[in-house]
Amino acid sequence: MSTTFWIILAGAIATYLTRVGGHLVISRFETIHPRVEAGLNAVPAAVLTTLVAPELLHAGPAEWAALIVTAIVSLRGGLMAMFLAGAAVLILARQFVG
Amino acid sequence: MSAEAISESGARSDFWDGVRLSMPVVVASAPFAVLFGALAVDNGFSVLEAFLMSAMIFGGASQMVGIELFGQHVAPWLVVLSIFAVNFRHVLYSAGIGRRIAHWPVLQQALGYFILTDPQYAIAEARAESGQPVGFVWYLGLGLPVYVFWVAESALGAIFGKMIPDTHALGIDFLLPIYFLGLVMGFRRRPLWLPVVAASAAASIVAYRTVGSPWHVSIGAIAGVLLAVILPPHHSGVGKRS
Repeated sequence: MSTTFWIILAGAIATYLTRVGGHLVISRFETIHPRVEAGLNAVPAAVLTTLVAPELLHAGPAEWAALIVTAIVSLRGGLMAMFLAGAAVLILARQFVG
Repeated sequence: MSAEAISESGARSDFWDGVRLSMPVVVASAPFAVLFGALAVDNGFSVLEAFLMSAMIFGGASQMVGIELFGQHVAPWLVVLSIFAVNFRHVLYSAGIGRRIAHWPVLQQALGYFILTDPQYAIAEARAESGQPVGFVWYLGLGLPVYVFWVAESALGAIFGKMIPDTHALGIDFLLPIYFLGLVMGFRRRPLWLPVVAASAAASIVAYRTVGSPWHVSIGAIAGVLLAVILPPHHSGVGKRS
């Protein structure tokens, strides 16, 4: 077996451990403390923000326009509407500002 | 109609409910799957290896980081560690979604955790929050199309890698942040949403500048979660219930 294969296999095992691990640890506790619950409730917004925020460091006008339009559309529309609106603005803006 | 037939048609509509919700995810992740396949081959993977990586890891950002480091001839253990670091956020998803799917049979849970991606978590959590049950059939309807398309498109990308036109003009490199922003906005009615987002944004940017990628993901996430834990419970809206 090649090195690549072993990297893929080990990466897959490591990834599965992260996906099942949180539950295995948390399920050992019978009751969940309000602060822990508050922390869990904060997880999705906290994590997803970190996948967006650093992009702002090298975002140009086209990227900013796309993100702003996405945020505005999100106040009314669903996920698909805001994604398509943001993507359309991005592609359009890049034809002009690169 | 017998009770069995009713429950079967109920399960079928649950499945298609999930499939319908998976479509934006399928569309949004398609460019990344193709891009991953193309980049993987470019970084020394075979088509089979690109296919295997998508089928076994099923985590876009971590796969991108993995092939990038592999292409730079970084030590194998470091490639694996980086994949682990990028995917570490799933520990938090796992802890969150575990509350919702703990009643499933063990094998179904084991499969459920295998397909626990960012959008899978976000959409399942949103459903649970709206008071609807998170059933296995619905969850599978949501995750299966994403998985099948991801793996197939990765292989296609690897085969036709050099056929992607001007990726910048098509905005392909920036579709993921737009999509993730949409998901962040979807959670805006949660208690503490703004302070959590602000803390995570600030911490991830600082970490990106100092420690570097991919650790900014875990560091930024931990900052936001810690803030929610530290603030008095009456702000976070969970104390009232207990």
